[in-house]
Amino acid sequence: MINHDIVVVGGGPAGMAAAIAAYDNGVRDVVILDREKNLGGILQQCIHNGFGLHKFGEELTGPEYANIYSKKVAERGIEVYNETTVTDISKEKIITATNSNGILKIKAKAVILAMGCRERSRGALNIAGTRPAGIYSAGTAQKLINCEGYSVGERVVILGSGDIGLIMARRMTLEGAKVEAVCELMSYSGGLTRNIVQCLNDFNIPLYLSTTVVEIHGEERLEGVTVAKVDSKNQILEDTKRYIPCDTLLLSVGLIPENELTRSIGIELNNITNGAEVNQNRQSNIDGVFACGNVLHVHDLVDYVSDESEIAGKSAAKYVNGQLSGGKEIDVKAENGIRYVLPQKINLENTEDIALLMRVDKPYDRVQITVKAGEVILANVKRIRAVPGEMEKIIIKKEGLVNICDSITVGLEEI
Amino acid sequence: MERNITCIICPRGCPLICEIKCGKVYVWGNTCPKGEQYGKDECLSPMRSVTSVLRISNRDDTMVSVKTSVPVSKYRIFDVMQKIRFGEVAAPVKIGDVLIKDVFGADIIATKEIN
Ligand SMILES: Cc1cc2nc3c(=O)[nH]c(=O)nc-3n(C[C@H](O)[C@H](O)[C@H](O)COP(=O)(O)OP(=O)(O)OC[C@H]3O[C@@H](n4cnc5c(N)ncnc54)[C@H](O)[C@@H]3O)c2cc1C
Ligand code: SF4
Repeated sequence: MINHDIVVVGGGPAGMAAAIAAYDNGVRDVVILDREKNLGGILQQCIHNGFGLHKFGEELTGPEYANIYSKKVAERGIEVYNETTVTDISKEKIITATNSNGILKIKAKAVILAMGCRERSRGALNIAGTRPAGIYSAGTAQKLINCEGYSVGERVVILGSGDIGLIMARRMTLEGAKVEAVCELMSYSGGLTRNIVQCLNDFNIPLYLSTTVVEIHGEERLEGVTVAKVDSKNQILEDTKRYIPCDTLLLSVGLIPENELTRSIGIELNNITNGAEVNQNRQSNIDGVFACGNVLHVHDLVDYVSDESEIAGKSAAKYVNGQLSGGKEIDVKAENGIRYVLPQKINLENTEDIALLMRVDKPYDRVQITVKAGEVILANVKRIRAVPGEMEKIIIKKEGLVNICDSITVGLEEI
Repeated sequence: MERNITCIICPRGCPLICEIKCGKVYVWGNTCPKGEQYGKDECLSPMRSVTSVLRISNRDDTMVSVKTSVPVSKYRIFDVMQKIRFGEVAAPVKIGDVLIKDVFGADIIATKEIN
């Protein structure tokens, strides 16, 4: 068994930022474990730009953003175990991992979970029809094209209009494919407006809302799909069924935080975020286990992933140095129109100003979001427009956090 | 001729209507002055950064990601892609290396390190 002060599981933007922050806050014995050859996680395949606007004031591509952090990891001499897959973590913080040298056991004083998320697959969707080749999750296609240089297909239908689906519509088009349609089950796209404009409108790619793929055709290779409109209860409208010939179907139907390991430690998952419940230090209900990035909740901006992970890294360092102890915890609850708020708990001991991150449950024009403790308003913001695809952030001042007995609620009102 | 454009400068995403008349661009639907400027730029000379990948000749199944050093005209995107598609470079490559020079006013530069 090897001993380390802090073990970071996952070397994407979350893991790297957490490890750097832990180091910079005084813990030298920090290691990162990642199953891939290179650090950077999903960013290595996100070759488009749009990363880093908040944090660095410029538009970087995914690999460039990752490189800023991997350099900092190297400069500090933080040890990286690459091509090492973590298979189990126990309550006692014993990490089991495998790599080409065999099985590794590490005992850690603190663990930071930063495993990111994976894509929902066709299995989770239940589309009728055959099982031909030519059906990929959008992220898999992205990796094949951008990292390995494969050509994926020529006539494409994309199901799902979140940012990954939109980015891939443009990417496939640039590679010479014809994107016949982007279909979205909901009545609005979950993607950023900027991506709708620059990935679809620029190339005249049609976006069909309230529309889904109902059947898959083809024996060996995909030959086409049947799409249909749905009503407000997501019931298929039979008379709107139509056939679109295509050789490729990309599924971009959501991300699921990769939390098998989190469960193995015995941490319960929140049923809305599918991630651990944490306090403002990003500490879970098990002392010394922290989580950050997409494994905690799905982020749209990597800048926020880095911010959150710095908090987790700093807190883990404090924990190792015995500066993070006990304290009363209160709940943070989402109400009217707010789908979730993170952190779900606030520890009232030595707290600083806290950024509450949240998502609204559907698109709204003109809203006011209010954070309250009982009748007392701790913070409120107005938004001309709020959409589920863009995370909202509200800062509550530490002065407001004295004398709170019960819980904090966050709710929205249309104005 | 009228054109419908969505302003993407801020999350509000105002729907703009732009009309070019007698050599001038008129913009409606913007909530703030930034939207007017955006509408004009989109009508007169829309620019886009292009990102893609180039094959590494001396490594199997390895691509280096690239971008245009400055945005290029939106109408040149496919011409730029044509140049990139048939380009090839040898590793090692560093971030910022110019891999193809002067493609419709931009250089194609590496965004990933390949050792
Ligand atoms: C297609 C796409 C487009 C995006 N576009 C943008 C954009 O334009 N702008 C923007 O700001 N953000 C964008 N994002 C979001 C941003 O990339 C993510 O929020 C960010 O990468 C999440 O970081 P992470 O470190 O939490 O997860 P990841 O990047 O997924 O990293 C997780 C790491 O953990 C490792 N790991 C997982 N399980 C294990 C295990 N058991 N053992 C060892 N290692 C493990 C993985 O190998 C991976 O390296 C995009 C995301 C995607 C997928
Ligand atoms: S016009 Fe102004 S308010 Fe409207 S989207 Fe553009 S920048 Fe935002």
